[in-house]
Formats: sequence, structure tokens, C-alpha cells
Amino acid sequence: MDTIRVEGLTKQFPSGWPGRPPTTVLDGLSLSVRQGEIYGFLGPNGSGKTTTIKVLIGLIRATSGTAELLGKPVGDVPTRRRIGFLPESPYFYDYLTAEEFLTFYGHLAGMDRAGLARRVSQLLEVVGLVEARTRQLRKFSKGMLQRVGLAQALIHDPDLVILDEPMSGLDPIGRKQVRDLILGLRDQGKTVFFSTHIIPDVEMICDRVGVIVKGKLLATGRVDELVNQGHTQSVEITCQGIAAERIPAIQALASRVVQRGSHSLIVLPRPDSLEQALAEIRKQGGTLISVTPHKGSLEELFFTSQGPAEQARPVARS
Amino acid sequence: MWSVVVIALNTFRENLRDKILYNLVFFALLLIGASILLADLTIMEHHRMIADMGLAAINLVGVVIAIFVGIGLVGKEIERRTVYTIMARPIRRTQFILGKYLGLVMTLSVNMAVMMAVFLATLWLYRAPVHGALVQAVSLIFVEVLLVTAMALFFSTFSTSTLSASFTIGLFIVGHLTMDLKGIAEKSQSETVKAVTTAAYYIFPNLEMLNVKGQAAVGVGVPYAYQATASLYGLLYTAALLVGACIIFQRRDF
Repeated sequence: MDTIRVEGLTKQFPSGWPGRPPTTVLDGLSLSVRQGEIYGFLGPNGSGKTTTIKVLIGLIRATSGTAELLGKPVGDVPTRRRIGFLPESPYFYDYLTAEEFLTFYGHLAGMDRAGLARRVSQLLEVVGLVEARTRQLRKFSKGMLQRVGLAQALIHDPDLVILDEPMSGLDPIGRKQVRDLILGLRDQGKTVFFSTHIIPDVEMICDRVGVIVKGKLLATGRVDELVNQGHTQSVEITCQGIAAERIPAIQALASRVVQRGSHSLIVLPRPDSLEQALAEIRKQGGTLISVTPHKGSLEELFFTSQGPAEQARPVARS
Repeated sequence: MWSVVVIALNTFRENLRDKILYNLVFFALLLIGASILLADLTIMEHHRMIADMGLAAINLVGVVIAIFVGIGLVGKEIERRTVYTIMARPIRRTQFILGKYLGLVMTLSVNMAVMMAVFLATLWLYRAPVHGALVQAVSLIFVEVLLVTAMALFFSTFSTSTLSASFTIGLFIVGHLTMDLKGIAEKSQSETVKAVTTAAYYIFPNLEMLNVKGQAAVGVGVPYAYQATASLYGLLYTAALLVGACIIFQRRDF
């Protein structure tokens, strides 16, 4: 059974002026997330990631289309007992201490007092905030807020965790902690759906990825499937002792040859010509230094998906 | 129901930590200061003035808190996006609205109880008589405060804090002038004016119905039947506003 199933989701926001057409933020979006997987929802800023998540959580209503979480339509209140959610750049009740904050969310999820106290202590330990348990959230740094936010999303041990830009604003250590936490959730059999515009995060931990651009899902699948689909792998050879740029047989095989002193860098556009190139290098008396296969990256796919106008814009990495 | 209690208790805690009850110091200073300043009057006048001042101050402080905390009950949650994580929990939007309202009502109840105690202590200090009429007046002020809180909450479900404050203050003022609207309707020659003012008289809350401060200050109470009717009227109007707030909040996107 799919944990998340979205079909033909469209969301339009009225322009606010009569006669002006509405703004379409989601345009017939369909996707599914399987039980127990980490699904990365990748897209540039303004592509519709947060709007999709808001529809899934029930914060906004779709103009058309359907969405189901854990087999129930979004908005089903009892199902929310099994869902954890962390919004983008969260702002919490800053007058509460970390302990009070988690207890409050646990109560809202219907947890009993004794079990909740244990769970609060356990989660504070997991997110590394044991020493800050009695400190008010207004005295927390951004990274600490993100971590306590993750703890509130997990307080009731949900089956599905939805995270909107969970690594946003975190330093490299904080990002690694969040990645480890997400991987830990998968080990426990949880399903994790998270949005991001940071490509390496997706490449590192996601089982499957969906690429959303302008409210449409342009590609979905396993990371390795996506990066290889339609992208030829290239191979980079480094050797010394020959002037590769002057050897016609190598020139014919390579897409690029660069001479750096006694070293030659040969880029083959296809891996199937590797043996032939290596044989030619040996024949010419050259010494092989290294062979590096180059896979297509999710970044290439990301840029290709956006079209020429968008490609000119750099993708922010925070 | 449990969710409503959890939200209410958290709202009450928020009010306490935002130091809203500090207003009580202002209230006590105002009442005691005014009583000392008015000490030159004759005893009868002095007692009446203390009662007048006390009731007016209780009313003013209660309404000010109801408006300025009430508009932030839901508005602040939306502006700061704290509502996102709450709505992701197994809680209905109606429960959220009721919880927020009850949380502020708890704060206002504590506030009113302390103000009443300070008021009675001041009367006792100056050996002024304590009538049942004063308790009647305060109970009707409390109903008015409940109604004004519901007004502020209602407006905050669909407008900004500034607009909500303006609407609530406007409705509060109109609410105290509805008897004048009725008078205009009776005296006007124009059918249109008559229709508009009559409609306004019935649509807007009649807050003057809940105002018996003047007579209570001189020890004259109102019949219990009047008190019950006025309270019921105020509570029904409050309920109607809360239903309206729930309906609007139920439909809105965040």
C-alpha cells in the first residue's frame, strides 16, 4: 500500500482582482510514496513543494485532485495521530521550555502522561537537547529550534513523517545529524517524505526522489535511475608519458583531451570505448595514472528539468 | 474535549508568561490613587466615587485585555505560523478556536477575581458599604468581557491584528450606542433611515444592556430576572460569534 498517494492535485490561488486569472501553484501533480522509504521532494524555490505539503497536512484545500495519507483522505483527523510534521522555518511557542513544548504536543496527540514523560526524555536525548530541557525556546539557536521541531514531529512515534526543508539553515554538523535521524527513522520502518532544494542531501539519503518544477512533477524514481536516464556516463583517464592531444586515435575516441605538463587528461563520452583507449595509450608507451567513471548527477537533471530560462538562475544551497 | 483543555491551558500559560496579569498592579494603583485623591469629598460622595471608579476600572481593564489579547489569540498563531504544527495534530479546527477562547477566559476570570478582591478591599478600607448590586454589576461586566473577547476572536479569524482591533473597538462603541439607534429609528421621517437603524439595532450587540454600573454604585440593584435575561443575551451573542469564528476558521487556508 502507498503511504502517500496524490493524484491530479491542482491548487490555484485567486488573484484578488476581478478579471485577473488565478495563480496556479500545483498543476495536476501526481505522486506516490511507498511504505518504509525515504522520499525526497526536490524542486527550486517557488516550485510548489510547500504548497503540496500544506495540502497533505490539511492546512490548505486543493482546487482539484485527490490526496491520501496512510489510506485515508487528507484532512481525516484520527489519521493525524500517525503523522509527524515539521514546517519550513518553524516558529514555536517560545515561552515554553523544550520539555513543556514536547509535552504539549504529546498531549495534543493523545499520549498518556507516564508514557509521554519517558518519550520526552528519550527524544531530547536523540536530538541532543537534554541539557537545554528546561530552557525556554526563545533562548534557542536556529539549529536547536530545528532539532526540537524534529522532536515534536516524532513525539507520538508516527508512521509517516513529513518534513518541509528540514536541513534549511543548519550548519554541516546539524545537517548530518538530521540526515542520520532520517536514516534512523527508515531503519525503524517509518516512511519519510521531505522537501528540499539541496541536491546532495537527496542524493545521500533518499530511496526515491520526485522533481517538481512549476507545480508539475517532472521526474520521479530512484536516484540512480533518474541520473542515468538519458544521461551517458563519461570516463576520465589520466596518463603520463605521451602527448595524447597529438595522437589521432585517442582524439577520435575522446570528447576532450587536455595536456598538463607530462600528464594527459582524456575524457571519453562513452564507457564502451575505454578498452580501446587504454590499448592505444599502452601502444604509444604511456603510463596509466587513473580511470574515473563520471555518473550523471541529480544536479544536471535538476537544471535540465527547469528549462533554459530557469537554468540561468543558480540553485541556492544553504 | 481533551484537546480543547490542552489548548486552553497552554493559552492560559502563554498569558501568564506574557505577564498580562501585571495589569492588576495598574488597576490597584488606579483605584487606590483615585480613592486617596477623592478623600476630600463628603463621606457619601466619597463612597459612591470609589464604587464608581472601581466598577469603571474593572470594566476598562477587562475590555482592554479582551480586545488586545483577543485579537492575537488566532491572528498571532497564523502570522507566526505556530498554527501549522497544531493543525497537523489530531485536533479539529473548532477545538482549536474553543481552546484558545477558553484559555483567555481563564486569564480574564483570574484577572476579574483579583480586581474584585482589590475593589472590595478598597471599599472595606474606606468603610464604604458593600452592596449585592456591586456584585451584580461586576457579573454583567464579566459577561460583556466574554462577549468582547468573542468579537475580537471572530474578527481575527479573517483579518489582520490592526483591522481586528479596529473592528472590535468599533463594534464595542456601536454596542453602547444601540439604544440611540433605536431612538433615531423612532424619530426619523425617512423610511430608509428607519429601516437601516432598526436593522442595526437588532444586528449589533446591545452592550448597554450589560451596563448597570451607575445604579450599582449608589447601591441600587437590578431585578434578578433582568440580570438573568441580560446575561443570557450576552452569552447567546457570544456563542453566535464563536460559531461564526469556527465556520470562518474551518474554511480558511493557511
